[in-house]
Amino acid sequence: MSTTEYIIGSGEPPLVTGNHTFASVTEHICGIPEGKQPTWWYLAFGGALSLLMVLAGSIGYLIWEGTGIWGLNNPVGWGWAIINFVWWVGIGHAGTLISAILFLLRQRWRTSINRFAEAMTLFAVMCALIFPAIHVGRIWVVYWMFPLPNQMSMWPNFRSPLLWDVFAVSTYFTASLLFWFTGLIPDLATFRDRARTKIKRLIFGFLALGWRGGNRQWRHYELAYLLLAGISTPLVLSVHSVVSTDFAISIIPGWHTTIFPPYFVAGAIFSGFAMVVTLSIIARKLYHLEDFITLNHLEKMNKIMLLTGMMVGYAYSMEFFIAWYSGNIYEQFAFINRATGPYAWAYWIMISCNVLVPQLFWFKNLRRSIPVMFIASILINVGMWFERFVIVVSSLANDFLPSSWDYYSPTIWDILTFIGSFGLFFTLFLLFIRFLPIIAMAEVKGVMPQAKVEHTEVAHE
Amino acid sequence: MAQIFPKWTNRIPTFVAIGTVLIVVSATAFVWYYFSPWYTDVGYAPVQPVPYSHKLHAGDLGIDCRYCHYSVEQSRHANVPPTQVCMNCHKLILPESQKLLPVRESFANNIPIKWTRVHKVGEYAYFDHSAHLRAGVGCVECHGRVDQMDVVHQVKPLSMSWCLDCHRNPDMYLRPTIEVTNMEYVVPPRVEQLKFAEDFRRAHDINPPEDCSACHR
Repeated sequence: MSTTEYIIGSGEPPLVTGNHTFASVTEHICGIPEGKQPTWWYLAFGGALSLLMVLAGSIGYLIWEGTGIWGLNNPVGWGWAIINFVWWVGIGHAGTLISAILFLLRQRWRTSINRFAEAMTLFAVMCALIFPAIHVGRIWVVYWMFPLPNQMSMWPNFRSPLLWDVFAVSTYFTASLLFWFTGLIPDLATFRDRARTKIKRLIFGFLALGWRGGNRQWRHYELAYLLLAGISTPLVLSVHSVVSTDFAISIIPGWHTTIFPPYFVAGAIFSGFAMVVTLSIIARKLYHLEDFITLNHLEKMNKIMLLTGMMVGYAYSMEFFIAWYSGNIYEQFAFINRATGPYAWAYWIMISCNVLVPQLFWFKNLRRSIPVMFIASILINVGMWFERFVIVVSSLANDFLPSSWDYYSPTIWDILTFIGSFGLFFTLFLLFIRFLPIIAMAEVKGVMPQAKVEHTEVAHE
Repeated sequence: MAQIFPKWTNRIPTFVAIGTVLIVVSATAFVWYYFSPWYTDVGYAPVQPVPYSHKLHAGDLGIDCRYCHYSVEQSRHANVPPTQVCMNCHKLILPESQKLLPVRESFANNIPIKWTRVHKVGEYAYFDHSAHLRAGVGCVECHGRVDQMDVVHQVKPLSMSWCLDCHRNPDMYLRPTIEVTNMEYVVPPRVEQLKFAEDFRRAHDINPPEDCSACHR
């Protein structure tokens, strides 16, 4: 490798390969939405729309018929709806972690993946928000979740973590949306300047908020971006902590543990990065983004998955230790029952996918192997779904009163609603690819060797 | 590069900001009033099959509420009187009146008169008249001055928050049990009333419930 391919002085491999110039970056990234979409896009969009219809149908039938169409039974009053909610919110953690925390930590490699990781976050949070909204059964009074003055004097119970959820997730969504949009502004201005039709000029001109790229604008912009990163950082940690209190505040054995907030946050980052890896492998292949999302980027994400995977593994074992150490037989039963009881199959899927699979990433050649990380990232998200399944279902199905124990199985409507939520996710994601820059052009240019003007003479060697 | 937007578009943000404030404020005010039972329910005065006047009977003639609505002290329901109660008097008073023809027909054919209910509470809300009378809540507190109404109409919103207003602070709405049907009872000045309410509530163990299941059983 020649010196031009290293960021001078840092010894780090280059973040953008392929001898790109600023102009060629713009051409490449803008070319994706400006050009004709490949056939697979239309096929994928058709599939995603069909799944979206499945979601609409399942929700319509749910509203018509009530939550009785789901597999909920007497001890298991929380089923797939809450599992899917937690799972989707968890996936929605990577985006803001990448954009805010890694930004504050000066991790410059984030620039290649932050744009679509943030988009993924927004779409995942939208998918997540569907489930608490529809699981209330009487969806027409869902506004009761919000503190709105009304003639019933009804007021949400602020001591309930379910209400904290409403605020935590909606705050997170708002902050992520603002952060995403702020990051988009310079790129939207590029789109505006390149737009060939009047309609596009008007739309991108409106969205670019009059961006001219002047020195003063950049100064304000970067300050705003820094502030938003500061605001978003605690949210990354707080959202899933609050979600975990839905469980931890209750007194059900297996839920009532103080380890839940950090354990949930680690799991959320784990699954979020897995989803980013899955999507970025597909996107870099189909849109030839290998120069921007290099193997080094993917390897770094795999390292984060290895770390967070071990954190959840630690949490799984610590739950058992504390159950034993507490001397509380109900607590002990809850965990032994998880591993050996009626849901042992789900428990061992969870352990295999979440604890064993990431161990592959100890090996550099596996960490840098696209097929391995693609399959591993999907398995990790399967495992994370089963983690929530194990937590929600095994604790409820076998609770304090053995006479009411029951086995929970989903109905076709549970399954269709969950599959349908992928329709929403991929519809939005494909539209995002179709219309917006999937790589943060302005930021990527800032980490290219050419951006370091003081090293011009070396870079032009 | 040519300007994309004409100059007047610079004013759009101002208009949007002002418009948003106006729309939010007026929508809130609109919903606040027009969607509330103060607007939708208060004043409801259906036409009854017989032009019966509470003003004449309860006001001018001074008949006690409980002469007709006699189950009110024993039952959840304040009954609508059967035709027989009307005929107790109207056998002898105005027996030839044209206005009373439906009453006499009802009595002769043994078919009840189809009175239209004025005060409606949701079926999901449990309400017990007898409990409220025993607790010293006068008829007038919820039904208003029925003794002054030719046609009975709804005076209070009967909304949940209206119920809760009294359940949370009942003191100013209580009176001696003997006075519950007195339409002209005057609540004493605040200090004496609070003293009375304190003693009365202790004596009768009056603790209005505020939990959901008190009314939504």
